[in-house]
Amino acid sequence: MQQLLSQQDAKLVERLRAGDEEAFMELIRGLNPSLLRVARMFVPTAALAEDVVQETWLAVLKGIDRFEGRSSLKTWIFRILTNTAKTRGERERRSVPFSALDTEEGGFEPAVERSRFTGTGHWAVLPRAWPEDRLLAKETLSVVERAIERLPLSQQQVITLRDVEGWTADEVRNALALSETNQRVLLHRGRAKVRRALEQYLSEEQ
Amino acid sequence: MSIGLAHLNCLELVELVTAYLEGELSSGERKRFEAHLSACDGCTTYVEQMRRTIELTGTLRMDDVSREAEEALRDAFRDWKGR
Repeated sequence: MQQLLSQQDAKLVERLRAGDEEAFMELIRGLNPSLLRVARMFVPTAALAEDVVQETWLAVLKGIDRFEGRSSLKTWIFRILTNTAKTRGERERRSVPFSALDTEEGGFEPAVERSRFTGTGHWAVLPRAWPEDRLLAKETLSVVERAIERLPLSQQQVITLRDVEGWTADEVRNALALSETNQRVLLHRGRAKVRRALEQYLSEEQ
Repeated sequence: MSIGLAHLNCLELVELVTAYLEGELSSGERKRFEAHLSACDGCTTYVEQMRRTIELTGTLRMDDVSREAEEALRDAFRDWKGR
């Protein structure tokens, strides 16, 4: 196991197996927000998402002795979560089908409106530098948050895991079963829309 | 991914930004991308805005674990340990 797992993961697994309560609580504090965010994408209510996450942690405890370390601990836990969430989502019959991932692939979505460019593909209306002093304002952050909430599910999942939670491309690909290209396309489209929302907001008079 | 890079224009560049930031362009593509950037204020601003967008997204607050959830999990752990 130690060969494939990071040292940090290996140590954590060892502590969990030894019944170290603090190790478990540390793991929960680190991962719970990500798990909740992602669970929320599969089930219709926040309360159900909490149930799914709770169920995931119980499954983690139940399975930790059999964890073989063929993926990182995080990836393994995340896989338990998505399986649990999908099962629960189907039971609730109101969740967004995971196959929504595939149906959003079709059709080209330009990162920037075509009308911003000339016939030869050069900027007709140059993007203007953003006012630094407004970038970190609370209102600006809520523009980002709302823009992400409006994204199609698969883009929302990828941008949340990559840019909010800081996962690597490979971690996201594994967790969501995406090809390299799909992961990048979803990230690209999601980021482009968030940028557009920011541009729109920051170009308004204050 | 190889859209007429020999004649990379702004419209094409904006579609390559993610691949560029992810380090997924070939070295030839990257050179052409950067050559275009060094001659184009609009695209320089655009790439800078994408970087700021990513940065801002990264500062979104993550919710802490609720006390109830934490206590429930602590209990679950103790049950599991006493199995």
